Amino acid sequence: MKTVIVNSGCANIASVKFAFERLGANVNVSSDLQEISKADRVILPGVGTFDFAMSGLIKNQLINAIKSLSQPVLGICLGMQLYFEGSAEGVTQGLGLAKGIADKFLSEPNLPVPHMGWNQLENLSDDPLLKGLDEGSYVYFVHSYFIPLGETTLAETTYGTTFSASVRKENFWGCQFHPERSSDVGATILNNFLKLS
Amino acid sequence: MLSKRIIPCLDVKDGKVVKGVQFKNHEIVGDILNLAERYSNEGADELVFYDITASADGTTINTNWVNAVAEKLAIPFCVAGGIRSLEDAAKRFESGADKISINSPALERPDFINELVAAFGSQSIVVGIDSKERDGNYSIYQYTGRPDQMQKANRNTLDWAHEVAERGAGEIVLNCMNQDGVRKGYDLRQLNAVRDATTIPLIASGGAGQMCHFQDVFTDTNVDGALAASVFHKEIISISELKLFLRQKGVRIRP
Repeated sequence: MKTVIVNSGCANIASVKFAFERLGANVNVSSDLQEISKADRVILPGVGTFDFAMSGLIKNQLINAIKSLSQPVLGICLGMQLYFEGSAEGVTQGLGLAKGIADKFLSEPNLPVPHMGWNQLENLSDDPLLKGLDEGSYVYFVHSYFIPLGETTLAETTYGTTFSASVRKENFWGCQFHPERSSDVGATILNNFLKLS
Repeated sequence: MLSKRIIPCLDVKDGKVVKGVQFKNHEIVGDILNLAERYSNEGADELVFYDITASADGTTINTNWVNAVAEKLAIPFCVAGGIRSLEDAAKRFESGADKISINSPALERPDFINELVAAFGSQSIVVGIDSKERDGNYSIYQYTGRPDQMQKANRNTLDWAHEVAERGAGEIVLNCMNQDGVRKGYDLRQLNAVRDATTIPLIASGGAGQMCHFQDVFTDTNVDGALAASVFHKEIISISELKLFLRQKGVRIRP
């Protein structure tokens, strides 16, 4: 089985690759349209800004290729936000696979932004991606923008407001947190993703 | 709920983990990968690696060990030391670092913070602040990795903390130099002052000696995490026991 990480020009590609390799997966990083389309699993990583990440996909002519993928896709952090229509962070349109726009956390005295650190997954849906996870499991977040709760929400997290920690739209799964940096809980999620049928 | 972070800091010099007292007289305490793995297994929430010679030497950290750490660890880590260009930063991220921290280069050219944030996003840019109290005022020091080159920067700590947040930095690590390495507890007063001056995550550094110091910093200040080095390196405090202790005291801590 071949897993391809989309080379979106974003920063955290190495750690995502290593996390899958620790699980024994065969992983490549690529911005090649053919290679991405033919992969068994596709990862859309993302650290950086919404416009920067979208412009990377546009530059590599990957927008339509990604939208037409039918194999399991996992968007991580910003990569998950790209599934939606846009973001308060930028002016570029998102992939538009799902309805919604990423919103910004309001910075308050007791609520530093970015939302950075280990927070809990709540209201877990019965989805194969989250198999074996307990309510309240801790995962690692680093973000200033979030996808509000909606039809695609698989799990929730609360930081001032309650938002989508994980989403799914058909074959497109997403994690707002970083499973590659979420210790054993994250490894369980990545392993579940590799086993999706 | 967001948990408070326990962050072991590994000061790296010439590829080894070292620890000095108040930034001087460094002794080797161990191998980077071994210590990093041990801390991760014990429940550390994040790791920070400071290459303490790089900034003062005008060199940047070697990315080989960054890569090796990223390969092994499944928790986030931040690297610091002499990052002076977007290219320097990009290399660290490509090697697998989750965050980078800058200190002296930000003081030399504050616009560098904005440039890093524009390229990599706020969430991955940390600004380290070395600060010392004198006569009730808090002042910034730079080039603290080398005692002979260390100098007072002409800046007030609270103003600088506010400025780095305005420039888009995603986190501040406040190293209270009066407390560093002496294990008498975190500088709660200074941390509270800086907490009030900014709305980005704040990490306490300098002074941890006993488990109750961590309890104090989490109950008496609103910091997001506490960083410590020697108490972990010298096995005075075990991270797993510390986390259990803090949970029993009602601090929100990841098991």
